[in-house]
Amino acid sequence: MTKARTNASASPAVGRNMIINGAMNVAQRSASVTGLGANGNLFHTVDRWKTNLNLTAGRFTMTQTADGPNGISANCLKIDCTTVDTSIAAGEAFILHQPIEGQNLQRIGKGVAGAKQITASFYVKASAAFTFALELFDEDNDRQISKLFDTTTDWVRHEIIFPADVDDGSSPFGDDNAISLDFNFWLHAGATFTGGTINTASFANNNNANRAPGIDSIFSNTANNFFLTGVQLEVGPVATEFEQEDIGTTLTKCQRYFHSTTFANGKAASAGGLVNSSTIGVISGMTHPVIMRAAPTAAINDVTHMGVRQRAAVTTCTNVTFGTSQRACTMELTVSSGLTVGDGCFARAINNSCTLSFDAEL
Amino acid sequence: MNITMTISDAKYIAMDNINNTVQATIDGQTISVPLDPDNRHYAEILRQVADGTITIEDAD
Repeated sequence: MTKARTNASASPAVGRNMIINGAMNVAQRSASVTGLGANGNLFHTVDRWKTNLNLTAGRFTMTQTADGPNGISANCLKIDCTTVDTSIAAGEAFILHQPIEGQNLQRIGKGVAGAKQITASFYVKASAAFTFALELFDEDNDRQISKLFDTTTDWVRHEIIFPADVDDGSSPFGDDNAISLDFNFWLHAGATFTGGTINTASFANNNNANRAPGIDSIFSNTANNFFLTGVQLEVGPVATEFEQEDIGTTLTKCQRYFHSTTFANGKAASAGGLVNSSTIGVISGMTHPVIMRAAPTAAINDVTHMGVRQRAAVTTCTNVTFGTSQRACTMELTVSSGLTVGDGCFARAINNSCTLSFDAEL
Repeated sequence: MNITMTISDAKYIAMDNINNTVQATIDGQTISVPLDPDNRHYAEILRQVADGTITIEDAD
């Protein structure tokens, strides 16, 4: 006998979390970066978690830290204030956020008839009692809603239900690979973003003054720390248990947006190559571990960390350029002289610090 | 908040006489940017070219 599922409208048992790396287990770029705070909207440590900073004098260290609520995650994302900013100008902001692709949000049905509620849940603690804000910002339609939450010195799970946004039927998320939703934790803000009344009741067209009223500042004291993990965003009005995911699945999801490898001295960085039409140029290539969101930006941390291995000799590169697609890339390696046209070769690291990175982030 | 990338030394890199990358220094790092409008770096390069902030040197 087949038994009908009785909760068919609930989130699926697997894959219900629209946040990637909510357990903070993957940090391909670095486990720790100090001296952050300058203007920028960048990724630093834990994959998919970005900091948007504007005008603040506050500075902080961001780390993937081996601390988490037992049974949820062994890791968290930590923000550690290192320089205070207590003279807060109007336009200042520090948002810790995850941008989400529109095609991963279609289950919400946002902005049209039948739109669903969504629920965010996360584990948080801090060095003291603070009030911060979680904002859902609709990047496609410039609409938002914010909710305040409090911290204590112990791990606390917050479960925050956001109302459906039917709007007038004209503000769906785009079904594409572009950013549609920013999942924003506001940790510091000036009057531009705090001068109004926080918009908690329903999604509304953006008014910056209503995005973060009532929050404290992470930059109020160098003793301030903020810890976050177990982040989940799911359809429906119920916060289900945090969805555990094997590390391979999480890493693969992250690599759609970014992948990076540091090669040990002597290790091949390409499958093979051929000396091109001169004695100084090589065309080589590699494939990405997964199909990426878009053709990625490619970088090598230092071209002199890469060499061309040919006829038992290694020649240090003077330039490396890349031509990328979503699936693969070419590497064009240039050396000063000495290669033999037509010979096979491969790119290899010449020390333990040769890092290639590919960035298709939102 | 619109945070602007700092871009300099932008130059096309061609393969088989077809431009397929812009090599540029963005926020202090030299990177290869594909000509894909879905790539956030290329989108920003196009924006800064359009507003006259930068130009892209032709390929060798």
